[in-house]
Amino acid sequence: MSDIDRLFTQLRAENRKAFMPFITAGDPDLEFSASVIRELAARGCSMCEVGIPYSDPIADGPVIQASYTRALDKKIKLAQILEMLAGLKDVSMPRVTMVSYAIIYRHGLERYVAGTKAAGVAGAIVPDLLVEEADELAEICRREDFSLIQLVTPTTPRDRAVRIAESSTGFLYYVSVTGITGERTKLPPSLIENVGWLRQQTDLPICIGFGVSQPEHVKLLAPVCDGLIVGSAIVRRIAEAADRPRAAVLKEVGEYAANLLAALEARPD
Amino acid sequence: MLKPTENPTNCFLALFEVHMSTSPTKAGEASANVPDAAGRFGDFGGRYVPETLTRALDELTVEYEKAKHDPAFQAELDELLHNYVGRPSPLYHARRLSEECGGAQIWLKREDLNHTGAHKINNTLGQALLTLRMGKKRVIAETGAGQHGVATATACARFGLPCVVYMGSEDVRRQAPNVFSMKLLGAEVRPVESGSRTLRDAINEAMRDWMSSVEDTHYIIGSVVGPHPFPMIVRDFQSVIGRETREQSLERIGRLPDLVVACVGGGSNAAGMFYPFIEDREVELIGIEAGGRSSQPGDHASPLSFGEPGILHGSYSYVMQDEDGQTCDVHSISAGLDYPGVGPEHSYWKATGRVQYTNCRDDEAMKGFDALARCEGILPALESSHAISKAMELAAQRSKAEMVVVCLSGRGDKDANEIARLKVKASS
Ligand SMILES: Cc1ncc(COP(=O)(O)O)c(C=O)c1O
Repeated sequence: MSDIDRLFTQLRAENRKAFMPFITAGDPDLEFSASVIRELAARGCSMCEVGIPYSDPIADGPVIQASYTRALDKKIKLAQILEMLAGLKDVSMPRVTMVSYAIIYRHGLERYVAGTKAAGVAGAIVPDLLVEEADELAEICRREDFSLIQLVTPTTPRDRAVRIAESSTGFLYYVSVTGITGERTKLPPSLIENVGWLRQQTDLPICIGFGVSQPEHVKLLAPVCDGLIVGSAIVRRIAEAADRPRAAVLKEVGEYAANLLAALEARPD
Repeated sequence: MLKPTENPTNCFLALFEVHMSTSPTKAGEASANVPDAAGRFGDFGGRYVPETLTRALDELTVEYEKAKHDPAFQAELDELLHNYVGRPSPLYHARRLSEECGGAQIWLKREDLNHTGAHKINNTLGQALLTLRMGKKRVIAETGAGQHGVATATACARFGLPCVVYMGSEDVRRQAPNVFSMKLLGAEVRPVESGSRTLRDAINEAMRDWMSSVEDTHYIIGSVVGPHPFPMIVRDFQSVIGRETREQSLERIGRLPDLVVACVGGGSNAAGMFYPFIEDREVELIGIEAGGRSSQPGDHASPLSFGEPGILHGSYSYVMQDEDGQTCDVHSISAGLDYPGVGPEHSYWKATGRVQYTNCRDDEAMKGFDALARCEGILPALESSHAISKAMELAAQRSKAEMVVVCLSGRGDKDANEIARLKVKASS
């Protein structure tokens, strides 16, 4: 059981849902990333997705792209990110990395998994690794008890979605929209039905991400899933840290997370 | 997510039956029977893209297989290549250039004489027909030198498809005449400001567009790069270059060439030229990458010469990456070669030793350009000038009885202003 399995076992026992913010490691710098992770944990977030900056992220919209570019402009390396994460071992909120396979491959599959695990990371989301290319990494993750979270999207045929659910560990990431990351005001009407269908095919926790940013989204989606992932809305707020007092930005990010968490907890059951 | 009835086919399983599988890459054993069902050329290729694109890629694979075996599709494409593009393109004996070099006979495969002035049209017409077959309503493309953008805009105008072309803003500057042509042809050109503002960033932006538009849009990729099945499809559509060259050589000199040379950006003109010769072991094949200013990182665009295998733009192939897996900035005088990656089949050919790869510096390419202009009255594209320059060097070392064919992938009108600018800069 990885930390993620334990998290969902506990949340389910309490009939609660997970709230998972995404941040870009090293934007605006690693020290601030560490503070944000602590703040999010203190606000009661369930898990944090830590984005490893990548030069060519094709699944990302302008907000996350720009955050990756800022981090890379500062020459932030994976080794430094892992050092920062290793300094957070007293934080019980699990962390997973969101990372391109280009980076994992370059570092070596074994080395990446062992290295991030040693830094207290519980799993990886690899948005450009399809289920048919994932065997080797999946095997290493299984051995290391490290979750390899796979993604299902609105364009995934249903038989394929089942296959992805069978090979995913930790949870299943349901991408809400056909598109790239970024805040959306409206989510596709078929979303609820699709996740509902998927719910019947697997016991794996299902979390919804891409586009989620408002309390209304949270209220709408919470009943059909096990958790929600919020990325660009958080990253956009953090981006403002560059020219404002950091304490104020930290508070704002924390309050934004708390606001969505409240919407999540308030759902009628 | 699709309901079972909307699922076009059980593509994934079907694919395994269609193709034969290949064994891992071994030296000296390049096969023409690649890629396998997973899109692997030996160890290279594959598909490293977000799940969102999988269904469209599967659909494209299936539709392409069908088209390949559909005589009506082939007939329509052949007719277009003949009457619209002007194929077959001539194989021209460059006698004065050969004399100048004092060695082997240099022949030019005149892709510069195609409609729109480069080899790119061979691929865009094929993919435009696939777009129509798949019932897609819109086309997107990336472009570096602008030749692929123009060729895509042309094919889209010919078939009445709306077309958006992504182009790095540095390339918009370097290749201004092509930007103007694309607009005249009715395409929308979207300058890309991210990263190095060149071909690589244009591909990123096109992929991002496709992530949102994939249900009704086809991405006409411009080279043998990207996720499976693109490297295979583009190679196949470009292979008309090598097939014609083979026939023309047999007809004109009664045998196959001794040496075939082509420039390698993403690698489509080279792949199209080389592929029909892969199993003719006596024909030597040489690919020329952009050597830029020097062999220092950042100064060139030669992943096969100086890079290592890694992942970029959906496939596993040689790439210029730093030790952290970040793609490096690269440099070439020519926008069409200014790319940190290369098509996976070239990596396979390198690994098997079937094709030799070397590179040509910016200044050498300029000399090749001048030589062809002065000796033969032909202005080559800066991309093709790399191949010309190296072919001249190689020809000089060989006997007069040998035949060297160079793929003259495009004409140089688009580069005239940039060359004038560089010459003024060099002389001041
Ligand atoms: C004339 C010409 N030759 C060569 C290239 C390089 O592309 P490839 O290596 O795919 O042939 C380009 C690309 O824009 C081009 O315009």
